[in-house]
This record gives sequence, C-alpha cells and structure tokens, in this order.
Amino acid sequence: MNYIDNIAFAILLIIGIGFFVKNSKKIVRNIKLGKSIDRSDLPKERFQNMLKIAFGQSKMVKRPIAGILHIIVYAGFIIINIEVLEIIIDGLFGTHRVFSVLGGFYSFLIGSFEILAFLVLASVIIFWIRRMVLQIPRFWNKEMKGWPKNDALNILYFEMVLMSLFLIMNATDNHFQNLNLGNPISQYIAILFHDSSFIVVNIIERTAWWLHIIGIFIFLNYLYYSKHLHILLAFPNTYFANLKPNGQFTNLEAVTNEVKLMMDPSADPYAAPADNAAPPEKFGASDVADLNWVQLMNAYTCTECGRCTAACPASITGKELSPRAIMMKTRDRLEEVGANIDKNGKFIDDGKQLLNDYITSEEIWACTSCNACVEECPVNIDPLSIIIDLRRYLVMEQSAAPQELNSMMTNIENNGAPWQYNQMDRLNWKDE
Amino acid sequence: MNVPTMAEMTAQGIQPDVLFWVGCAGSFDDRAKKITKAFVKILNKANVNFAVLGTEESCTGDPAKRAGNEFLFQMQAMTNIEVLNAYEVKKIVTACPHCFNTLKNEYPELGGKYEVLHHTEFLKSLFDEGKITIEGGKFKGKRITFHDPCYLGRANDIYEAPRLLIEKLEAELVEMKRCKTNGLCCGAGGAQMFKDAEKGDKEINVERTEEALDTKPNIIATGCPFCNTMITDGIKAKNQEHVEVLDIAELIANAEDL
Repeated sequence: MNYIDNIAFAILLIIGIGFFVKNSKKIVRNIKLGKSIDRSDLPKERFQNMLKIAFGQSKMVKRPIAGILHIIVYAGFIIINIEVLEIIIDGLFGTHRVFSVLGGFYSFLIGSFEILAFLVLASVIIFWIRRMVLQIPRFWNKEMKGWPKNDALNILYFEMVLMSLFLIMNATDNHFQNLNLGNPISQYIAILFHDSSFIVVNIIERTAWWLHIIGIFIFLNYLYYSKHLHILLAFPNTYFANLKPNGQFTNLEAVTNEVKLMMDPSADPYAAPADNAAPPEKFGASDVADLNWVQLMNAYTCTECGRCTAACPASITGKELSPRAIMMKTRDRLEEVGANIDKNGKFIDDGKQLLNDYITSEEIWACTSCNACVEECPVNIDPLSIIIDLRRYLVMEQSAAPQELNSMMTNIENNGAPWQYNQMDRLNWKDE
Repeated sequence: MNVPTMAEMTAQGIQPDVLFWVGCAGSFDDRAKKITKAFVKILNKANVNFAVLGTEESCTGDPAKRAGNEFLFQMQAMTNIEVLNAYEVKKIVTACPHCFNTLKNEYPELGGKYEVLHHTEFLKSLFDEGKITIEGGKFKGKRITFHDPCYLGRANDIYEAPRLLIEKLEAELVEMKRCKTNGLCCGAGGAQMFKDAEKGDKEINVERTEEALDTKPNIIATGCPFCNTMITDGIKAKNQEHVEVLDIAELIANAEDL
C-alpha cells in the first residue's frame, strides 16, 4: 500500500493546526497586555447574551438583507464543517467517505451540505456585488482603502472557491453520483463531466478534494492576519461585553481615592507619600496597554462591517471620526506592539503610541457619546469606551481639552454650572 | 407657582416624596426654564409633595465626565451626594436626561443611591395613578414627532414613556426614519454642547432637524433641554419656524392650559 498520501495529509494537518495554535497564542498574549477588568459576574446573563447575539445573530438582522445573507453563510460555515471532519478522517486513514456507513442519514447530511454550499456561494456573490457593484457607502469609507478592502475581498473569494471545490468534488465522485443520493446540487454539475473519461474525472475529484482541504487550512491561518477573526472572537466578545446601561461610564477608582482625600477635612495637607508608595497610576489611556483586555479583544473582533460608522452622527456629517477606524487603529497599534515584543522579547519603547500616532485628538473630540456605534455593533464592540479613555488621558494627564471645554470645566469648578452663572441665582426662574 | 426648597421643607419638618433635580439648563437657560416651569405647574396641579435644592444644587458633573475630566466629575458628584444624603433624599425626578443618567447610573458607586426617574416616566406614573388627566384634546389631529434623547433612549432604554404621553394628547405620533434604538443624536451630547463642532460637511443638528421635518410635523417633541436647543437652532437654520419644538412637559402643561 502507498502511504504517501496519508503522510502528506498528516503533515499538512499538523502544519495547518500548528501555525494556527501558535498565532492564536500571540493573539491571547496581546489581548492580555490590556489592564484587568472584572467581567466574571452574572455568568447566566453573559451566556444568554452570547447565545442570543453571537450564536443567534440577533443584532445582525437589524439590517435584514445583510443579516439574512450573513446567517446563511454562518450556518453554512458551521454545518459544512461536519464534512471537514470526514475529510480529515479520510485523509489520515486513506478511507473514502467514511461516514457513508450511515446510509440514508449520510445522504441526507451531504444533501443538506450541498444545498447550504450553494446558498453560501450565492450569498457570497451577493456580498461581492453589494461591495463592488452597488458600492454601499460603509464599505468605501476612507479607512477602507488598501488592505482592509483587499482583506474583505480575499475572504469572499476564499469562500467562493471553497464552496465551488466542495461541489466539484462531489460532482466528480463517480461512485457518489451513481448512488444518486444526497447530490441535489452536484448532479447538475456532474452533467458537465459526462463526456470526460473515468481517469480525468477521477483526477479532478482528487484535485478538488485536496485543494478544498488545503484551502481550509490556509483560510484557518489567514484569520490571524484578517478582520475575519470575528468568526471565533464574536463568542467571547459577546460573553464579556458590558452589561451595565450604555450611559454608565466606568468609575475611575484611583480618582475616587484622591478626591476622597481632598475632601477629607482631617487629611494632612503636607503628608509626604509613603516611601514604598507605587508611582501614581496614569489616568486614562494613551496607548494600547492602558486599555483593558476587553477593549483589546474588541479590536481583534471587529470585522469592519462599518455599521457603527454608518450610524455615527459625527461620521454622517463628514467629521474625521469613524468608530470603525477607532477599532482598526487600536488593532493596528496592538499588532505593532505585539511584533515589537516578538522581536525584542519585551516591549521596547518605539516612540509611538495609540494617541496621536494612530488616533488623532480631532477624532476623539468629535464624539457626541450618543452610543449609536455601541448599539449598532452586531458583536457588542464598544468604541465609545476607548474614545472616553483617550479623552481622559488628554484632559487629566495633558490638560489638552479644546479651549471651550476648558472654559466649561472652569465654570463648573467655580460656580457649579457649565456656564458663567452664579450658583446663588439657581432658583431665580421661580420668580421670573 | 409653588416651589418649595429642601431647606424650607426640612425646617418645617416635612420630608418631600420626591426631589425635583432642575439641572443647570433648567435653572439658567431661558428656553429650558420654560420647561422647568411647565413641569412644576403639573407637579402643583397633581399635588405632588416635592421640593428642589435651589441654591444648594450644583452641576451633576456630566459634561466634565463626558469630556474626560473624571476628577471634576467626582468632586461634583461627591459634593452633591453629601447634600442629597444629608436631606435623606430617596427619590429624584429630573427633566434632563444627562442629569438623569448621571444620578441614576454613576452616583451609586460613589455612595449616592436613589430612585431616579426621568420626568416623562414620572408624568406617566401621575397619569397611571389618575393624578393628572387631559381633557379636550387641544392637540387633536396635530402631527407630533418625538426625538429620542440619547441619554434617555440608548443610554437607559427608555423609549415608551414619552410616546405614551404623546398618545394621551390624542395627537398623531409620527416617527422619524431613525427613531428609538436607531435615533440620531441632536449633536449636543458628550460635552459637544459647549464647543464648536469639528470640521465636517454638515452640522449634526441640521441633519437631525431635516429628518424631523421630513415627517411633516406640527410639533417636534423632545425630552431634553439640550436636544431642544439643538433642534430649535436647526429649525431656524431651515427657516421652518412654524414648526414648534416643545418638551413633553410643555405639551402636557399646554394641553391643560396651565
């Protein structure tokens, strides 16, 4: 017997999964560069959120056309993967369609896969048309030039090719076609090969089979470089998402301690810090390591669909701010920091940071904190929290708020209102 | 108009059922003061045992927090909480969604735990309890569209109370294309009220006002003094001054000729 095929397959499998595991570890390490935040509470609500939003795609269908097409692709992706299990067993042990012992049920399975594969192919083609022919604006914003655009197209092409190979592989499997069970789609493709010799058809079948599984391994490893990571990260991302009201911004504990000390009449104003006191915590965020790990996971989860940007009042009115770009830039910087660590063993200052080098203050100050982006995101990403953390750094560490906001804050400090009115006049309206 | 203060009530040994948090806009802004008065007239009519803090009230700190100044926010919050706790306040109602959100969501962690209601929720409860009714239908047949304030809607998931009140007026409630969870911001949130907008090709309030005008309304209703300002400015920019911009409290007070 000839084991070359089996050995080649095993090697491919090990390389494919090995690289994926290696890169996944890098992603986990990078996410862990973020500050801690406790999201271990309310496991039941979190699990329900994940089931409803990630698994059930409840927020996707807010835009029905894209939503339903996406559900088809998603269902196809998950279900057709059962077939991949068979391919792996066949590849390793030299069997052919090992699950066919299931008889009628196998025909039912493969038949369903074929219908799904066809629907996925059709949906992906419609996605391509929406992107490239109809040119839906959210796919053509300024941040979508270059790699982000190519990345999106690569994913569509990958899926088209994989689905086509799956159908061709079935169509050219003579034994399978002769059974004429479970081939609702491929029987029509098989007609194309009726005039070809048995050997040619067999070669096409083997080629399609190999290309299909190699394609899957390549796609698996492409994820690491792509926005397509959401197929995995959507689940933890929705699980660990914020459960508090959208309007509630985080409380900075470090500030609370200082404010309490300031307001404590018995505190010693001349007290020197204890010798072993830790250096004061940085307020807000200027780089990715100042953000928390959920915010960093958000950045890896973003699939750049642009629903946030399409709903953002600042983006709609032509401001520089785009919530999607906030997430993309956060990921870009995080990957740069990760590469720095890979190269140097630990992070060596590269003279760059997230703020200014990636996200400008013009973007940050254009936000109305309206939560439209948070509401829109189909996987519960929170761009607003990043914007606010960057504002906190600008204001509390650098006193770099726009002048008008400084006036507003001075007014609040001096007279308890954002405008220059005397607090003693607060009740004048009663008699006016 | 009867507007007792917490200090006066406490001196008389009376504990009010609810504190009306007026807010900075409601206290100082000429347009918003009308909303404050309309709301007080309804409270008086319904014989609500309420009080205001008056000169003891200070900014909740909302615009400072949205601008990133956590220090100033917490200073304001802790000072206010000391006052509120000293008066043993249990329940607060406010006509400003920004005050509402901050008091409701951001004060508890700093020691200020109260039941906080937006005035549309409070007015709805007055209706439910039969303390106020609307007769005659002054707004019958009028087209009213409601602009969802972000800090009431998406921030706190309150969409129905203001709409139920509009329906009580027997008016025709017409929805904008972007409403409820999809509502478009008026442009004032996140401390934008206090600064010029960044460079762009349009003002947000104009974008929103155009959308409201698309519904051919007689009245654009809001539940936020800042939204009111922004949309009123939008109406002026579009030369459509025949369309009124009114707060829900004003609609009800007008319906009752208060």
